[in-house]
Amino acid sequence: MSAPVTSPQGQAPELDTVRDWKNPIIYAIFAVVGLVGFAFNAPGTTATFDISAGRDAVQLAPVVVPTVPVGWACALILIAIAVFSFLQTQAGRKDPRWMPIAYAIVFVVGFLVWVVGGANKTDVSLVGLLAGSVTMAVPLIFGSLSGVLSERVGVINIAIEGQLLAGAFAAAVAASISGNVYVGMLAAAIAGVLVSVVLAVFSIKYLVNQIIVGVVLNVLVSGLTGFLFSTVLSRDSATWNSPPSLPVIQIPVLEHIPILGGILFRQTIVGYLMYAAVIITYIGLFHTKWGLRVRSVGEHPKAADTLGIKVNFTRAHNVMLGGAVAGLGGSFFTLVSVSQFTKDMTAGQGYIALAAMIFGRWNPIWAFFAALLFGFATNLRFVLSILGTPVPGEFLAMLPYVVTIVAVAGLVGRSRPPAANGTPYIKG
Amino acid sequence: MGRRVLSVLEPDHRSGPGLTRRTDWFPVLKLELEGITKRFGSLLANDHIDLVVEPGEIHSLLGENGAGKSTLMNVLYGLYNPTEGRILVDGKPVNFKGPGDAMDAGIGMVHQHFMLIPVFTVAENVALGNEATHAGGMLNLEETRRKIREISDKYGFHVDPDALVEDLPVGVQQRVEIIKALVRDAEVLILDEPTAVLTPQETDELIDIMAQLKANGTSIVFISHKLREVKAVSDLITVIRRGKVVGTAEPSASTAELASLMVGRAVSLTLDKEDATPGEKTFQVTDLKVTAANGHRVVDGVSFDVARGEVLAVAGVQGNGQTELTEAVLGLQDHVSGSIKLEGRELVGRSIKQVLAAGVGFVPEDRTVDGLVGPFTIAENMVLDMYDRPPYAKGLGMKPKVIADHARQKVEEFDVRTSGIESAVGTLSGGNQQKVVLARELSRSLKLFIASQPTRGLDVGSIEFVHKRIITERDNGTPVMIVSTELDEVAEIADRVAVMYQGTLMGIVPGDTSRDVLGLMMAGMSAEDAKAQPRTEHPMETGGPAGIDDRHDGPDDESGERGGDK
Repeated sequence: MSAPVTSPQGQAPELDTVRDWKNPIIYAIFAVVGLVGFAFNAPGTTATFDISAGRDAVQLAPVVVPTVPVGWACALILIAIAVFSFLQTQAGRKDPRWMPIAYAIVFVVGFLVWVVGGANKTDVSLVGLLAGSVTMAVPLIFGSLSGVLSERVGVINIAIEGQLLAGAFAAAVAASISGNVYVGMLAAAIAGVLVSVVLAVFSIKYLVNQIIVGVVLNVLVSGLTGFLFSTVLSRDSATWNSPPSLPVIQIPVLEHIPILGGILFRQTIVGYLMYAAVIITYIGLFHTKWGLRVRSVGEHPKAADTLGIKVNFTRAHNVMLGGAVAGLGGSFFTLVSVSQFTKDMTAGQGYIALAAMIFGRWNPIWAFFAALLFGFATNLRFVLSILGTPVPGEFLAMLPYVVTIVAVAGLVGRSRPPAANGTPYIKG
Repeated sequence: MGRRVLSVLEPDHRSGPGLTRRTDWFPVLKLELEGITKRFGSLLANDHIDLVVEPGEIHSLLGENGAGKSTLMNVLYGLYNPTEGRILVDGKPVNFKGPGDAMDAGIGMVHQHFMLIPVFTVAENVALGNEATHAGGMLNLEETRRKIREISDKYGFHVDPDALVEDLPVGVQQRVEIIKALVRDAEVLILDEPTAVLTPQETDELIDIMAQLKANGTSIVFISHKLREVKAVSDLITVIRRGKVVGTAEPSASTAELASLMVGRAVSLTLDKEDATPGEKTFQVTDLKVTAANGHRVVDGVSFDVARGEVLAVAGVQGNGQTELTEAVLGLQDHVSGSIKLEGRELVGRSIKQVLAAGVGFVPEDRTVDGLVGPFTIAENMVLDMYDRPPYAKGLGMKPKVIADHARQKVEEFDVRTSGIESAVGTLSGGNQQKVVLARELSRSLKLFIASQPTRGLDVGSIEFVHKRIITERDNGTPVMIVSTELDEVAEIADRVAVMYQGTLMGIVPGDTSRDVLGLMMAGMSAEDAKAQPRTEHPMETGGPAGIDDRHDGPDDESGERGGDK
């Protein structure tokens, strides 16, 4: 079985058309934005995209595009898609599946050309932008995998934020004291497990509302790490808060592939572990005995119980496994991104990871791509603020969150979570 | 098909322990329960129950809803620990810590509510908990598919291993459950109310399957409250009442004997009622179409009318649009087209409040969810539809004394057994809850009375009462429409029967139409074709005409969730 595709199939023989105007409206709004911005307000310059990094085997020439024609082309395509979607809806047909993806790509291209062309420095490294996106997405991906592991057994995991933050903190402290980054990574995973143990105990054993436990945990971890940061870490940061950084491992040969090499194969060990975690979780969930049991517990725990599967044991295990994954992801903040812990440094990434999990329909592979999208939005914000664009910084800061809302609320459609998600299992 | 089943099921053909057709190498499993007692707090669900299931027999467990049958089987299957007593397999005491132990001992169970995961394929469901794997824990579904095909071919199940369970009809889902038990080498198969969700034809097929299983040496514990079926399939019948074994019977025992054993008193087999005297056709539904939120047209061009002083029963298997039909009348559905006219007034497009004010009384199919507010008192529930108007309210204030007087009077009139009108409705038994709903709906003067599954999950006494009140309302000259999935209930109180299948009416036939014809119509055959079918000798006809036996509906809650119509 592959992705849990939602197809509500009733018994009724005939389908009536319940027209949903949401998509054409969203398309139309952004098409207007595109028309006004990319086409009418095109900066009139050219935008230069570098597509080679120094270490690539083949050096490709930078792509130079004129902003006006590209702006117009993108705007017209957006309008065409919006009109097409409108006609499809009018006729009672569903949009083809590729449409939101194509639309998003065209919009992003138009936006990039417009914003880069209008910036003070009309030259941007596309490879750097994409590589940065992958890097930014690493903690999101770990976080969303934690969500998938937990929610696939029916325990809602709002505590991803807390798990990431605990992991970041533990990694910083343990790596600083030991002087060894790998000890830091191990400590991060353990810290994530500790957070999830609390979630597991309260939600599985004491049947407390899982969302409340999750939110409380996030506040608790934030308060606890914040307190220790200001009382211990900042007093003697040389001892407690100066972890060494993880080295970037360049995979021989592969890293020299043009474009892709720079994006995919110049990562730290955490980055490579991320790829492994996505693949292992996917195969584990959908192609192993373990995964079949895990999913059964999240869909219909009583059925699993009648087949001799220990429901609450499986749930507790998976929630803790999720905690370990998210904790490891948290180590990214202090061992890769910045070489020290600061208060609340995860800054809501746990919630974005949650959104990536939902956008990815509780499937590790789709969650991975969703997280990449959010990572791209986050990185774009940084790149653009360096370029010096006419867009105010506050709006750029909103970018990842706007993308999240549009993606989850607008384009995700009817997504079906595991049937028993959030429901404690009481035997008998 | 029916004839073959009949021959196997004759009591004379009973296969005793020494006569089983098992091959010699096949272990023969004898199951004994000794003094099983199960308490839930102060409730004694099973009281020293003894039961012996001989190898290769079909042993029926007969009892009303709430008699403790399912509890007993859950104890046997390891889901509950017995408070007292022990289970012996082949004479040796066993201690089941969970269903896994029971399955290892050769006991399989098909639960009343199927234990299938809707989003899994058949193969995944069968594999679950018993997975064939390659190295490293990778699933080997091919092995499971092979086993499913093997069993499917052997018993003629026609089950596709790669179908998604949620897309399968209920009858096929049940076969998947049986396959699940068989791949685990079950030698005793417990079937918990297996016919509650089946059409009569599917029931016949199930009986056929049971006979084949028995011929292959599998013993079956058949749990039911339907006398007709129990008589048709059993080698031996054990009757349970209020948690105790009250007797055992041969299947040759009469329906009346079994009924009185099950209920604990003599029960009248038929409802006393006058013939209907239909008057003016005041309720007319024309070309009604209802579209569900997911775009499926669940009611597709239904037209019928109901006259004053007649009962029209809408029969059909759960999930064929009956729920949506009644909800559309009441204004609970959003996408409705066509016309619903009551005494010349159009009801489509009106608010629920306006529909109620037009004189529609409605008993919803799920009383605990849609009919009552559980934590509210009986008195409050009695005026849920009239709390805001005189004499129960004046201005913004309610008049507690009037409401209480009203409640006392209705509790008396409808014989609601309660410690007082201030009790929360949720604490009452199902039968008494239904009486509260009826009391409320029938206390207004009605121009149309609709009751959906009016006796689902009720005991025999309450069923008699509910049916009498429905007939009384009919005799008062109200058009009455009931929705029922139970053919016996339909036969009992209907003057005309409309059979619904996949959102359309297969036809409207007189109330005394035979079960065979109704069954075929429920399976999607038009009334004309169904009547033209040659009359088969039907295993289920051996119990005689509709009697007390299965007037009440089987599942004590929403069996429709399996129908996948929502």
